[in-house]
Amino acid sequence: MFNQINKKYLKIVIFTLSLVPIFFIIYQIITNQLGPEPIKDITHHTGKWTLYFIVITLAMTPLKMVTHLNIWINYRRMFGLFIFFYASVHLMTYVGLDYRFDIISIGDDIIKKKFIFIGFAAWLLLIPLALTSNKRMITILKGKWKKLHRLIYLISLFGAIHYLWLVKRDLTEPLIFLAVILILLSFRFKFKNN
Amino acid sequence: MKNYRYSEITPEKIYNKRRDFVKSFGLGLGSLTLGSMSLLNNAHALENNSELTSYKDITTYNNYYEFGTAKGDPYKNSQEFKIKPWNISIEGEVESPITLSADEILSLYPSEERIYRLRCVEGWSMIIPWMGFSLSKLLNKVSIKTEAKFVEFESVYDPEQMKGQRYPVLNWPYREGLRIDEAMHSLTTVVTGLYGKTLPKQNGAPLRIFVPWKYGFKSAKAIVKIKLVKKMPTSSWMKASPREYGFYSNVNPSVNHPRWSQASERVVGGSLLSPRVETQMFNGYGDEVANLYSGMDLKKYF
Repeated sequence: MFNQINKKYLKIVIFTLSLVPIFFIIYQIITNQLGPEPIKDITHHTGKWTLYFIVITLAMTPLKMVTHLNIWINYRRMFGLFIFFYASVHLMTYVGLDYRFDIISIGDDIIKKKFIFIGFAAWLLLIPLALTSNKRMITILKGKWKKLHRLIYLISLFGAIHYLWLVKRDLTEPLIFLAVILILLSFRFKFKNN
Repeated sequence: MKNYRYSEITPEKIYNKRRDFVKSFGLGLGSLTLGSMSLLNNAHALENNSELTSYKDITTYNNYYEFGTAKGDPYKNSQEFKIKPWNISIEGEVESPITLSADEILSLYPSEERIYRLRCVEGWSMIIPWMGFSLSKLLNKVSIKTEAKFVEFESVYDPEQMKGQRYPVLNWPYREGLRIDEAMHSLTTVVTGLYGKTLPKQNGAPLRIFVPWKYGFKSAKAIVKIKLVKKMPTSSWMKASPREYGFYSNVNPSVNHPRWSQASERVVGGSLLSPRVETQMFNGYGDEVANLYSGMDLKKYF
């Protein structure tokens, strides 16, 4: 009983903490603290937090394996939804704020620029995962649910490549991110082999 | 033509007021100099956006990888940088190579106000009231041999003082180049200052080049060597990624950079709701420079 209540509170705390990055950027917008290119700042901020939530989400299973605690899995689905949330704000910043729904230019970008192509593909792949992220869909899909949600492995790689391809010169950060993703993914294969 | 002393400090507000004054008479858009080439150029640059970029944005939002790759790094990391003494050599295919100090150059060639749009290859732009003079004046000091077809600019190499040069982000020292007719064009400027003040270190002090119709990276900062050469030089960015950065790098909305749009640009200093503006061929200086490229396929020679 006590444990149940604790779990519930913890979930609310984690949910609130996950919203801090979006409130932070809204605060910066309102107080006029963004730099000379505010739209770029918002795009980069939400893009980075999408990547961080990919890492957090992918880290839950390895954490369970290392600590032998199941509790991590309770938050995995919520973190996954925050990937979709930040990715959507990121995309809307680009589509709405930067290009003002200029669909022709955006379409041109998606076709011609590979980093936008792969980023957009990653967002599209997130949609079925977001739509099936409720308890009802888990019971309906049963075994298929897990299979479907393994798409996140591919999405995480798309995210890493999106970042790698857009950087102009200094590849350090995207390469670190790619390495972290690969390490987290490697746990899945180890698990299978065992 | 009015020349400004480097000690003459014009605060941004007064600066803008003076511009309003000029505008209110409907005389021109950018400069107090009437009937000169530069007035035409200035008016051109300012057709779309009549506002000068603020001094703060021009001096805190920079691409200057010698001091770090983040936009704020050059301002943060350049303040201790020593620019005295500073020598610049002009050498290569010339009859009489010379070395001049930055101070000598400043006193030999009076600077004038030149308001140009800076268009970065990353898709943003600023309107900057530079101080400077045409590079051709400096090049005319040495007799250029007829074999010379290109000019190579070399920036300073000093990893002790320039943090960014301790990492192989680019092939140091920074190198850029122009065809000789581009270098001799009156728009090609040796920059000595901005907003009527001496050039801040993060903007390329003591002397930098500015080529208004090309993407910003073509304009080398803190130059120490100007070399007349026979063959097309390989610039640092060409070496880094030949597919993305060509020798010419003229601002051209119809030639896409492989990774981002060149059709439009964001004007630095705008608000969240300011729209992108259309990028102009040759950054709006086509009337002055298009003839340099007649008959050339600019998609091929990008």
